Amino acid sequence: MTPSVLAGLVGAALVGLGLYGLIIHPHPLRKLLAFNLIGSGVFLVFGIIARRGAAAGFAFDPVPQALVITGIVVAFAASAVAVALILRLAAVAGSVTLDPEAWTRPKGEDAR
Amino acid sequence: MTGLLDLFSIAAIGAGTFFFFAGTVGLLRFPDSLTGLHALAKADNLGLGLVVLGLIPRADSALSALKLIVIWALVLLSGASTSQLIGRALRRGRK
Amino acid sequence: MSLLPYFDVGLALLIVGVAVWIIAARDLFASVVSYVAYGLLLAFVWIRLYAPDVALTEAAVGGGVTGVLLITAGKRLGALKSIAPEAQPGLGFKLRIGVLAALVAAALGAVMIMLPDPPPSLAPQAAAAAAGAGAGLGNPITAVLISYRSFDTMLEKIVLILAVLAVWSVGSDKAWGNTPAPFRQSKPYAPMVFLAQMLAPIGALIGLHIFWVGADAPGGAFQGGALLAAMWMVAMMARLVEPPRVDARWLRLALIAGPAVFLIVGLAGEFVAGAFFAYPPGIAKPIILIIEAFMLLSITASLPMLVAGPPIERSEK
Repeated sequence: MTPSVLAGLVGAALVGLGLYGLIIHPHPLRKLLAFNLIGSGVFLVFGIIARRGAAAGFAFDPVPQALVITGIVVAFAASAVAVALILRLAAVAGSVTLDPEAWTRPKGEDAR
Repeated sequence: MTGLLDLFSIAAIGAGTFFFFAGTVGLLRFPDSLTGLHALAKADNLGLGLVVLGLIPRADSALSALKLIVIWALVLLSGASTSQLIGRALRRGRK
Repeated sequence: MSLLPYFDVGLALLIVGVAVWIIAARDLFASVVSYVAYGLLLAFVWIRLYAPDVALTEAAVGGGVTGVLLITAGKRLGALKSIAPEAQPGLGFKLRIGVLAALVAAALGAVMIMLPDPPPSLAPQAAAAAAGAGAGLGNPITAVLISYRSFDTMLEKIVLILAVLAVWSVGSDKAWGNTPAPFRQSKPYAPMVFLAQMLAPIGALIGLHIFWVGADAPGGAFQGGALLAAMWMVAMMARLVEPPRVDARWLRLALIAGPAVFLIVGLAGEFVAGAFFAYPPGIAKPIILIIEAFMLLSITASLPMLVAGPPIERSEK
């Protein structure tokens, strides 16, 4: 089993695990972690495509790899925005939850 | 000559791997986190140092060998500092 | 005789195991620490896939900076007093979702095994572009990023700015223009200050080195920028410097410098070299390095601002 096929299966498993964690966990930060897991699984799939695209004297196809580098940085930026939103939501709603019931009774000192 | 260097590399990397193994066993088996930190420090300093020592004869150039030693020095620095910080947090009962 | 297949299988099992622990750990802190370890293990997989640039980025940004972000978030959430107990879903729900997730994973895995053969590749076009406009660049990834797919990279820098704006706008209206919350409230412990004082200069040097060699060897602006950003964050964590005010002019100029320079060069290419984002062949390499240098500045400015968070009111400090 070549490294690329193995990495592909690992990527598929990571996407499945991340999907499970995203739906199961009620805590928003755990959902964010699971979402990052899905993202890295998808990047692994890109990695296989890049490895299999070896041609023109390179050992890999550089275009998917460049896309993955860009993707990792954008995934981090999205995680940072998500964290900011979660922290603000927790400060306003008084509890760390995505349950809409909690929003109808704002408890924080700056309920606006 | 190269056979002797290879033997030296194998011996040093083997010894380094043994220290990593011992450090992991210590981390898992020691009763609490503070003693586990002690075990980890052995893996970091000695284990990595021996592995780097074993890799130096196989480096392409003097510059690569120097980079390996700098890596070891950086791991020493960060390992020592973070052990202090973790130890202080443990003493204060935080985690 | 090669032991590499055993290493590959062992690494794959370890990664899946750590991923299972990320999902299954009871405690948020354990989950975040597993995620950092997972990011570092993933860097190994990238090396095995012949992608050292991606391995560097994954270790620096995916493992390191994301770990700092999540741990800071966990700490700030812990500081918010009332946290409602989580309502765990029932076992039946978990089983159903598990089956569905397994189906998705199986379908993706089947696609992985049945990929087309011979594999399609953009490598010839990338090589042609690298030889042409990116003349003299030894690292094909950098050539693809700045030359062949330059528009994508510029848009990605703009996404970083939009993310910083989004994080800043989450703060309350009264706080606009202030500094973000400091990374720690109390006086830092001496080893932390020692670490920051020793590590920051060395790390900055290494970051600049990785950026500079990215033209010909694995490296580049993203990886070097992530290292420089991490050194700034270490200095902020040791309270050697404080997070800047969000309306500071130097900060805003640093943030927009990267995409601004990129855009100007791209527009100038319309007139000088005949097409949007084309580089004149003689001076392609210096232009690419100039663009990369400003990209480095923007990345170094934006990553720590993303971790520091929105500005807070004076009374909340």
